[in-house]
Amino acid sequence: MYVLVIGCGRTGSSIASLLSKQGEDVVVVDRNKSSFRKLSAKFTGFTVLGDATEIEVLEESKLDKTDLVVVTTDDDNVNAMVAQIASEIYEVEKVVVRIIDPEKKVIYKDLDVMTMSPTSLLVDNLIGQIGNWSKE
Amino acid sequence: MRIIIVGGGKVVYHLAKNFTAKGYQVVIINKDKEYCDILARDLKGVIIHGDGSQPATLREAEANKSDIILALTSNDPDNLFICQLAQKEFGIPKTFSIVNNPDNEEIFKNLGVETIFNTTKLISLLIEQRVEVADVNNLLSIEEGKVSISQIHLQETSPVLGKTVRELDLPHDIVFGCVIRGDDVLIPKGDTKLLEDDKVLIITLPEKQAEAFEVLSGEE
Repeated sequence: MYVLVIGCGRTGSSIASLLSKQGEDVVVVDRNKSSFRKLSAKFTGFTVLGDATEIEVLEESKLDKTDLVVVTTDDDNVNAMVAQIASEIYEVEKVVVRIIDPEKKVIYKDLDVMTMSPTSLLVDNLIGQIGNWSKE
Repeated sequence: MRIIIVGGGKVVYHLAKNFTAKGYQVVIINKDKEYCDILARDLKGVIIHGDGSQPATLREAEANKSDIILALTSNDPDNLFICQLAQKEFGIPKTFSIVNNPDNEEIFKNLGVETIFNTTKLISLLIEQRVEVADVNNLLSIEEGKVSISQIHLQETSPVLGKTVRELDLPHDIVFGCVIRGDDVLIPKGDTKLLEDDKVLIITLPEKQAEAFEVLSGEE
């Protein structure tokens, strides 16, 4: 599978490293060169230096041949733009986007994009756990 | 009419002034607290200090009651998000956005933004048109280019200064539309004299255009 990871922060670099270790073809995009240091030593994919909201950078990253795009920059608005370019314009089959502000999830309504919000995951998990404790 | 303007630096002040003068209701959203204070002092309208790409801010701006949103920030992803949020969540029918990266015009269009101002492209187009032929302005081409209307600005080097229209050695297939002199518009007759700084509007066949420019401007 050809996987494109946008944003090489803690989340992006971990996902890229793990998928590369599993044998997937991985390309990571970030606009800071130093971010690529977070990739594991065993990462065998490619890195592309540039701003992912520039169409040239996405083309250089072979967005048109990608099976899965994981969008994890630290800016919700950048993520929304890149996810929609991938899903709506390049018709990438699977697009996953990380959402920092859960209120911004509304933008993905009616779009074929999978959203993940660390805040919502943590809150749901914690509330579920508290519910279990109160039953004891 | 209720208009929300997000971002936009100094342009916002003048836009808002213009819109309020026309009787529109204006709401301004800006991230800069100090600038918001200045706007609140000098403008009639609602000024909100906040991030226009956040649903809570648009709710505070009563986006659901608004007709138009203008996204004028210097950040393209922010502008796209603002327009889409306004459209999807608050049902604002008309969305306007500037794009700073000219490549984004196509993307914004595909992703549902209604009107896009491609500032970089506009400025470079204007410059190219001006630089190519300084005193000739192609105004309009009709019937897929079979007839053109152009304007020639007569410089001091023009050989036709002081001559009447009758005296001109103009090729056939050229019609003098009018002469713009300062604030006046003259419909030329045979005895109308041409002066420096006149703007002459001509209607020509495209193949005679170059000839007409030569006669009027003196340049080859």
